[in-house]
Amino acid sequence: MRALAIALAILASGKHLYGQHCASCHDTANAPSLRGVGPLAADFYLRTGYMPLPHLGVQPRRARVTFTDAQIRALVAYVGSLGGGPPIPKPHPARGNLAQGLHLFTDRCSGCHQVVAEGGYVTGAVPPQLGDDTPTQIAEAVRIGPNVMPKFSRRAISDAQLDSIIRYVQYTRHPLDRGGWSIGHIGPVPEGLVTWFIAAVALLGVCLTVGRRLRT
Amino acid sequence: MTRLRDALVAGLALLAGKIGGTRESRGRIVPEQPAEPRAELLVLLLLGLASAGAVAFIVLYAVSIPSQTQYLGLSLGLSLLFVAAALIVTSHRLVVTEELEEDYPPEEHVAEQERVVQLLEEGGDRLTRRRLFRLGLLGAGGTLGLALLTPVLSLGPFFETKLYLGTPWRRGRRLVDENGRPWRADDIERDDFYTAFAEGADMEELGSPLVLVRLPPGDLRLPEHLRGYDAGGIVAYSKICTHAGCAIAMYRAPLFQPAEPRPALVCPCHYSTFDPATGGAVLFGPAGRPLPMLPIEADGRGFLRAKGNFDGPVGPSWWGVRMWRPNP
Amino acid sequence: MIRGAVRYIDRRSRTAPFVRKALRYVFPDHWSFLLGEVALYAFIVLVATGIYLTLFFVDSTAPTVYHGPYLPLQGQHMSEAYASVVNISTTVKAGLLIRQTHHWAANVFIAAIVLHLFRIFFTGAYRKPRELTYLIGVTMLTLALLEAYLGYSMVDDLLSGMGLAIGWSVGMSIPFFGANLMSLLFHGPFPGQSALWPRMYVAHVFLLPVLIGTLLALHLTLVALRHHTQFRRRRETERRVVGVPAWPGQTPRSLGLAFATAGVLFLLGGLVQTNPVWLWGPYHMYVATNGAQPDWYLGWLIGGLRLMPGFDVVIDGYTLVPNPFWGGVAFPVVVLGFVYLWPWIERRFTGDEAYHNIVERPRDAPWRTAVGIGVLSWVFIVFVAGSSDRAAVLFGLSYTGQIWFYRVAALVLPFVFGLIAYRVCNGLVAGERVEEDRKRAEAEARLAHAEAVTKP
Repeated sequence: MRALAIALAILASGKHLYGQHCASCHDTANAPSLRGVGPLAADFYLRTGYMPLPHLGVQPRRARVTFTDAQIRALVAYVGSLGGGPPIPKPHPARGNLAQGLHLFTDRCSGCHQVVAEGGYVTGAVPPQLGDDTPTQIAEAVRIGPNVMPKFSRRAISDAQLDSIIRYVQYTRHPLDRGGWSIGHIGPVPEGLVTWFIAAVALLGVCLTVGRRLRT
Repeated sequence: MTRLRDALVAGLALLAGKIGGTRESRGRIVPEQPAEPRAELLVLLLLGLASAGAVAFIVLYAVSIPSQTQYLGLSLGLSLLFVAAALIVTSHRLVVTEELEEDYPPEEHVAEQERVVQLLEEGGDRLTRRRLFRLGLLGAGGTLGLALLTPVLSLGPFFETKLYLGTPWRRGRRLVDENGRPWRADDIERDDFYTAFAEGADMEELGSPLVLVRLPPGDLRLPEHLRGYDAGGIVAYSKICTHAGCAIAMYRAPLFQPAEPRPALVCPCHYSTFDPATGGAVLFGPAGRPLPMLPIEADGRGFLRAKGNFDGPVGPSWWGVRMWRPNP
Repeated sequence: MIRGAVRYIDRRSRTAPFVRKALRYVFPDHWSFLLGEVALYAFIVLVATGIYLTLFFVDSTAPTVYHGPYLPLQGQHMSEAYASVVNISTTVKAGLLIRQTHHWAANVFIAAIVLHLFRIFFTGAYRKPRELTYLIGVTMLTLALLEAYLGYSMVDDLLSGMGLAIGWSVGMSIPFFGANLMSLLFHGPFPGQSALWPRMYVAHVFLLPVLIGTLLALHLTLVALRHHTQFRRRRETERRVVGVPAWPGQTPRSLGLAFATAGVLFLLGGLVQTNPVWLWGPYHMYVATNGAQPDWYLGWLIGGLRLMPGFDVVIDGYTLVPNPFWGGVAFPVVVLGFVYLWPWIERRFTGDEAYHNIVERPRDAPWRTAVGIGVLSWVFIVFVAGSSDRAAVLFGLSYTGQIWFYRVAALVLPFVFGLIAYRVCNGLVAGERVEEDRKRAEAEARLAHAEAVTKP
């Protein structure tokens, strides 16, 4: 009985919060309806700060989360109560295989997110870098495909494969940088900057020490 | 401290005297300038540091430590820089500073040029048929040069551009994933993209990789010549971009169509954007040709099979890319 | 000991007079005259580290399965070439140091050549009688670009593999015979790797270094024969060269620069990671990564490729000019063509057929500086355009907006910058003239005052 009362209270709180913060868009044609999206979607968008959107028409981006944990749980419960949709996933990256993770990530993800998960560009959107995502958030994003991201079902990427992908993404936060200062893991652009602003500057300095200047 | 310094300087002088041998008195070429013992000590110190760095490199190489590359680079790099510093201090303080002046070499040697020309011309004086000889030499030399260049053609099939039209796709060929498992039509879900290959063919062949997406049949607006190329809404395109050959590894799958750009296959190299609903038409970017489309169907058991070859050659444009279709 | 050595050499080669002249060869003294030397020393580091790498690199695209210590690649399919580079980077002691030093040396080599080219161009050092030296130098730059591209493409990692596919497509875009030429080079359509790799290897390890080395020797010989140019100061004239003798003055300076260059390169090689190919993974035709870029010295070309609107020039079914031709072939040919032909273009406009041993400051030749700045800014704007996707990611700027901006900017801004450069040059020279006049007036005034005081 008590559990039921608490659950009902959470739902009521969620409904109230929904009315305050979400209905203005999601109950209109300006935003997708949340009927049938399920707790996974709500949990993802709220915990990443993607929602609420600062204004219509922009790509949802990771932002400071203004809701408390209790509020998020209430909203998730309410959206879940609207019917349908997958539950919040429970990934186990420690069970994943790192090599399989790199292989799958390269095949499905690196085109947009870059092979070391530093983020990238696709016409009309900016796939983010993945350094701030928790394993649950990665799993959620893979399953719902937010914004223009494709949606990968269990058939396309099994839970075991997802564990490997998440394990690899975690690895990309501190990959093997055996060569020293990693300068961003995106390749030649920072290398060019180092060539000109460090090496060329240093060697020009040596030339100026060794050689004469015009006015001397 | 001064005793040590004196001893070092004296030692150097002795060494220099011993190596140089006796010098006869003659006019100096390099002018005299005073010694700078302090600078000498600085240079010796720098050389000592350089030696320390080099020894450190050898020791660090021998052991196994984390960040070994960094320590090796630091020790060797610093050692070289210390040598550089020693040399630069030497150049400023220990070596005689001179400014010499001399003539630039002459602009030309007119008389010698004349002699050379005369020599060359007189050498050919016995010839009466100059022009014919010139022609003969040119002919022999030119043809010989061509002959020597001809084996370059063995490097590859220079004339067989029809090779660019070959793909492993034929009527009935099954579509498989990278592990060889054949794709079924109901594996292909909406809002996702899949890579497929020709069953039995080399995956690294230009014509083999495909990208598959499923669109609602109502959203398909295939042009006339591509009608029926889809399998119930599943469309198959070459995964190789028609601009510069990169794999088209991005699929834009909007969650909420009214606010987001429409579905598209996008290439990460120069962002050529192709519309899977209209036969791979170019929506944005530098690609000059739509994506080649492969006609597919689901067979009796639900496996995806090709119905023929692509509607155009795969890969980047070349002079004959619009002149032929791939072998049926 | 010195006497013994000198005697030995002269008796066996009769070169003592030559050595005496060479030891007192006069080097005009200015810091900007040392940039070519930096390139030379970087080249020496390249050859030394390169030879070491050839002892470990496996030049083969035969497929293999990785079983080394780097976990994310365990059990993955890759070529022997890629596996050998991962091996050098993770297992061979000092392997990664040498490999990274080699890569940084390539970057610095080309940067030094470019800076040296700027010095030559903006001071007019290419003028008669040094046109041949100049042509050889520009050829070395072109060969260096090709050599570097081949070098990092041989690794067969994801990034460079994509770059190789693009290079092939650019070759295919050459009108009339591009496809035939590529079919020859690659032995059929891309990837054609089993034939291509030994060719790239021989070119990178032997043919191009020998070619560059020979041209380098010719270049230095011509510089010595014609003698180095100099700025005008007090005693310097078109006839008289003033400077530091090779021995003892210049030797420690040049050697110091050599060691400094090597030192900087090895420091970078150990401390700053470059081209971490184990992170990219092996190349396959059917995968790609976002954010793939060529090394900086080819970055101007990716800008050209991205800026072009999407069209092939087609005449009656014959594809005359495929799209990549404009950014990948026409653009560099025009720029390099300009660089090659500039001595003659300038001569055409100035009518200047005289010999020049004295070089000018950039401000003393305002229209040359303006044209140079204009062309340079054109290349630089296209180069920056090539990074507009990262700018979209980092700064939130619209990609399509940037593309349109750069399309216009690349056509308009070079003229603007050229004009500004022209004005700045004239302004600086005018300022100097005013300063000189002022000093002269002061000196005269002082003289007049002194005379007035001494006269009773």
